[in-house]
Amino acid sequence: MTVPALALSHLTKSFDRPVVVDLDLTIRAGEFYALLGPNGAGKTTILRMVAGLLQPDRGDIAIFGIDARRDPIAAKRVVAWVSDEPMVYDRLTPLEYLEFVAGLWQIEGRPAQAKANDLVDWLGLRPHANELCGGFSKGMLQKVALAGALVHDPQLIILDEPLTGLDAGSARQVKDVLLGKVRSGVTVIMTTHILEVAERMAERIGVISQGRLIAEGTLAELRTRIGRESSLEDIFLDLVAQGTEAA
Amino acid sequence: MNLAPASLPWFARHELTLAWRELVAMLTGGSRTRSIGLVIFLVIVVIVLHLLAYGVVARWARGGIASDAQSLVMLTGTGMLFWTVMLSQALEAVTRVYYGRSDLDLILSSPASSRRHFAIRTGAVALTSIALTGLLASPLINMLALFDGQRWLAAYGVVIAMGAISTALSVGITMVLFRLVGPRQTRFISQIVAAIIGAGFVIGVQAAAILYYGDFSRLALFQSQAIIDAAPGIDSPLWLPAKAATGDAGALLTMLILGLGALVLAIAASASSYGRLAISAAGLSHVASQRRPSARAFQSASQRHVLRLKEWRLLQRDPWLLSQTLMQILYLVPPALLLWMNFGDEAGAFVVVVPVLVMASGQLAGGLAWLAISGEDAHDLVVTAPVSPRTILVAKIEAVLTVIAIVLTPLLLLMALSSPVMALITAICSILSAGSATAIQLWFRVVAKRSMFRRRQVASRAATLSEAFASIMWAATGALLAGGGALLAIAPAMVALLVLVVARLLSPRRA
Repeated sequence: MTVPALALSHLTKSFDRPVVVDLDLTIRAGEFYALLGPNGAGKTTILRMVAGLLQPDRGDIAIFGIDARRDPIAAKRVVAWVSDEPMVYDRLTPLEYLEFVAGLWQIEGRPAQAKANDLVDWLGLRPHANELCGGFSKGMLQKVALAGALVHDPQLIILDEPLTGLDAGSARQVKDVLLGKVRSGVTVIMTTHILEVAERMAERIGVISQGRLIAEGTLAELRTRIGRESSLEDIFLDLVAQGTEAA
Repeated sequence: MNLAPASLPWFARHELTLAWRELVAMLTGGSRTRSIGLVIFLVIVVIVLHLLAYGVVARWARGGIASDAQSLVMLTGTGMLFWTVMLSQALEAVTRVYYGRSDLDLILSSPASSRRHFAIRTGAVALTSIALTGLLASPLINMLALFDGQRWLAAYGVVIAMGAISTALSVGITMVLFRLVGPRQTRFISQIVAAIIGAGFVIGVQAAAILYYGDFSRLALFQSQAIIDAAPGIDSPLWLPAKAATGDAGALLTMLILGLGALVLAIAASASSYGRLAISAAGLSHVASQRRPSARAFQSASQRHVLRLKEWRLLQRDPWLLSQTLMQILYLVPPALLLWMNFGDEAGAFVVVVPVLVMASGQLAGGLAWLAISGEDAHDLVVTAPVSPRTILVAKIEAVLTVIAIVLTPLLLLMALSSPVMALITAICSILSAGSATAIQLWFRVVAKRSMFRRRQVASRAATLSEAFASIMWAATGALLAGGGALLAIAPAMVALLVLVVARLLSPRRA
């Protein structure tokens, strides 16, 4: 049996109230997984715990078999995190930023530079490669952040609402890049409020409500579960309503 | 009270509400306990400042102050010291009127008059400037009024006139900069000009006093007979502010008319272009800043070095840092001058030079450490990288201390040529001062954007106070060691260590 890209067991986190409750979730290697849920459902908290940005109260996180709580550095080596707020420095150029990220992940200078140049071309950043990021639009910043996530060849890419605020062209570029990565064997986990994106891109979809995984499967499996031929939007709203009633 | 929407009083009420809430939040952080503590603290500060002012003016004022050349020179010189600081602050504040974004987009996109908005914001700058200087000068004015009669209360009127003039001038300078260098450079050059104005006069006066009288006191120049003899006659308009401060009603009225008239004129002349210039300043966030294409290949380096390099690159491109470093360097001019004047001469000059350098190291380190440790624009990126938190912190501390070393080394070398022992004392105390400031910033670190730098002192008053107090104590240690009081130096050193212990205990606990 192959090692899953991500295995969460009994993951629990509370702030002033329970946000993630005893969550079990397994994501296969090379899978495109979409995590859906209403605002405040706990999606971002789950992903931030996986990325090492939050400490769980309880539970285990295994990334490609590495215990992320016991050996966070080893786990981080294979993970990239992209949030809806691009993590970019105003006073660095995209190439300087990519050199910095490559340095953090200890990628050798020469291959890192080749990779950075490929990404800059691939994401249409070449004309801006020597401009400070401070003057960039949200879409361009998100592309720089995405390039940063890809420059160290991660095996697992975690994205929290990566398409927020992007124009159609930039969104298409980001989606193409992600699908290309999945085709090459990389695992992608993404939260999104744009259900059409999840419907078209994700192989499996997980629905979170009030910190619990209330449904999971392919689109066809979710349709079977609610017993009618519907759009993902209808399925999602039905599942969330059921989940709220059950709680 | 119902005010007509978008009218001047309506805008004024809006600004006043915002300013008041901002002030309360800044001072109390929303905590009632803190409010009570703050009131007690302020009362103590007011009493201490009045006692200090008593020490300065009581002897001079008791015998009655005549409106002679000597008094006029002294009053005008002291007034100039206050006014240049006022002008420097007003210039920075006026720049913010054009560049501050928070609600400007909302107001400029509304059908409300941008001229009225500008008038109110500029008026607010003048009021803030007057209130701050009034507060600072109040112990001196009150003591003069107490010992030499109520006529001195007219000095508050001079403060109002000076605040209005400095705001009017700041508007003028900003407009000239917009015209000469455009919106892209105006903010940066304005910061530099503000730094030079703020420090320039004080330093110039001090430098002149050192060069001609061998005295470090800023007031030495205003007490010199040569200056008094060379000053214009008692009827010269140059003495108008000083005469107004001593209670001359005619002079005070003239000053107020001049000041308020200049402010109204500056607002009227600049208001029409405000909307256009503020919008052009707003457009800058979308303007790319092109850098020379780099042919340099990516380097393979340790994670620590990669982090240090990033910090240095960002610090080097930080306009705030450039203006602050310039200020620090300007403030180092007088001690450097004193050092040069007394080259080869032992303790005398060093008693002054050593603490100034130690203090400057601490202050610069505090600012740099905040930028490096707390001001992390890509916090999530650094935390999700496969780097241990310890490596990140060590790299950032190294980045800060290296910068301090680069700034300080030339001065230490110069000092070592004259006295290796004094250079060693300065180096040790500077390391302790910079190390303490960095440690305090480390203990009180928060996750913030670099652009929040201005508010760093508000975020934790405990950090700010302990940082300043530790620097002062290390400076005192250095001064006593330089003066030969090695045993006495133990006391401030112990206090500095105590401050660090208290700061550590007060710092937030981390998981």
